[in-house]
Amino acid sequence: MTTAPRQATGPDAPKTTPGPAPHQQHPHNGNGTGTRPRARIRILTHHLLPLSPALILLLLFLAVPIGYCAYIAFTDLQLTGQAHSSFVGFENFRTAFKDAEFLNAVWLTLVFTVLSSLVGQNTLGLALATLMQRASKPIRTLTGAIVITAWVLPEVVAGFLLYAFFRREGTLNAILDWLHLPSQNWLFTLPILAVSFANVWRGTAFSMLVYSAALNEIPQEITEAAEVDGAGGWRRMWHITLPMIRRSIGTNLMLNTLQTLSVFGLIWVMTRGGPGDKSQTLPLFMYEQAFQNSMIGYGTAVALLLLLVGSLFSVLYLRLLRTEV
Amino acid sequence: MALPVSSRFSLTSRSSRRTSRRLAADAGLLVVAATFALPLLWVILSSLDPHADLKVKAPDGLTLDNFHAILKPDITFTPLLNSLILCGSGTLLTVVCSALAAYPLSRFQSRLNRPFLLTILFATSLPITAIMVPVYALFVQVNLIDTMQGTIFFFAASQLPFGIWLMKNFMDGVPKELEEAAWTDGASSLQSLVRIVLPLMGPGVAVVTVFSFVMMWGNFFVPFMLLLTPDQMPASVSINEFFGNRGMVAYGQLAAFSVVYSTPVILLYVLVARRLGGGFALGGAVKG
Repeated sequence: MTTAPRQATGPDAPKTTPGPAPHQQHPHNGNGTGTRPRARIRILTHHLLPLSPALILLLLFLAVPIGYCAYIAFTDLQLTGQAHSSFVGFENFRTAFKDAEFLNAVWLTLVFTVLSSLVGQNTLGLALATLMQRASKPIRTLTGAIVITAWVLPEVVAGFLLYAFFRREGTLNAILDWLHLPSQNWLFTLPILAVSFANVWRGTAFSMLVYSAALNEIPQEITEAAEVDGAGGWRRMWHITLPMIRRSIGTNLMLNTLQTLSVFGLIWVMTRGGPGDKSQTLPLFMYEQAFQNSMIGYGTAVALLLLLVGSLFSVLYLRLLRTEV
Repeated sequence: MALPVSSRFSLTSRSSRRTSRRLAADAGLLVVAATFALPLLWVILSSLDPHADLKVKAPDGLTLDNFHAILKPDITFTPLLNSLILCGSGTLLTVVCSALAAYPLSRFQSRLNRPFLLTILFATSLPITAIMVPVYALFVQVNLIDTMQGTIFFFAASQLPFGIWLMKNFMDGVPKELEEAAWTDGASSLQSLVRIVLPLMGPGVAVVTVFSFVMMWGNFFVPFMLLLTPDQMPASVSINEFFGNRGMVAYGQLAAFSVVYSTPVILLYVLVARRLGGGFALGGAVKG
């Protein structure tokens, strides 16, 4: 990230751009007469010392594993009974792209992300936030509380609740029976749809909060003016609201996608990736290769790909934040 | 203030249109709320139902037997205590380290601040799930696998980027002038951080604390990968092992356990959300 251009556009730019006014720096730095070595020591004690516990933790437990990930992705490391691993170059990646199971996992991850994050959480979150602007207060509060509870619940509990909901003997089929509609064993016939809905249930609150905050910032006069001009609900949404909150949309899409890419517990509890591999997204595939098939090297290669896709989205997210404010 | 008839008419029609729009919005929200509430209703009703199954239904009489059955050391208390140790220590580490780190980032100018903050922001959104396999392999080599302290350190490291980011933003809101007085009185940075800045950003510290704790409390994958001994498992993993691996699942007990395990995080959330007016602090923080 050190190559990032240093234009003063980011949210923290005013504070951290190297200031052209040196007398503003270090307000407590004596009266500006400190000699050079003393200034150095001050920087060391004032700047680096408080940062060091966080830096050490981040280096040892985050940066080193990422580096290690990039290393063992190119080896044939296995879980058991192997004296030492050897460097195999891009072999793991070549295997992956010829592996039908891997391609299946990529496809399912794509379906899962598009359905639950892009379409589900994002659209439903925006719809809820829009409706909340107009609804009466008790109903707004009630809906907010229910949707946020689903979000705050631990992942595994959410998994169990939605498992019960989608099971053959579960609530969804009971409702369908009551409506005389055909019921089915959702977790068996359409597992990826079931886990996508589960992720929508669990994740929509975040989008709702982001969009509620964004909609509250739109000045009332603008919507009222459009209303007086006779613009209907949909046209106002399309021509006024959406353009005005486009940055929140971008931010929200990125964060939803990143969260969805790393969902493991929810799917694990509901389907274990099954039946067969019909709901096995990349994190579950990675886990299976590394631990059930004992191929840590291969599993890590998949993890590295996931990490690269995640980093890409993360960089896009940073760029969006930079243009904001 | 006598209005022309036509304009008064349009006013009433607009207000009646507004009323009908509000009713439509209310109806829409109620439909979504009812759908979202179904799984939540299931867990509450089943936990009180002596014959719970998988669908939402009126209980066959209310009972606390399910709770009595699970409130035992091996099923509930040990896992919850493990969760508390893991998440409490992890949160403490996160809050202390991020408060210390945020101070120079917020108070002193340096050309390294910006790249550092960008890296931090980049790290907040990395999929931690993806690095768990290499973390496992690494922990095996350095003998941190299956230890509480290893898991605590990893928890803290994984929450630190967001913790530092939030803490720095909250700290920027505390005016510098208040500390300058303390500096002239000879207070050190650490003293002014602890005595002046942190007390003034109490809600911010509360948000970082609660957010880190809730994230760790609900996290399944990290302890699932890094801990092996059943005695050390936190509730997020033990619930799965205990109920998932038994042929006959007692759904009432599963629901009761879910209620007991989820209550602390919901209470914590309500605590900070009320103090901050609806949880928009997180939305705002995410927006940068």
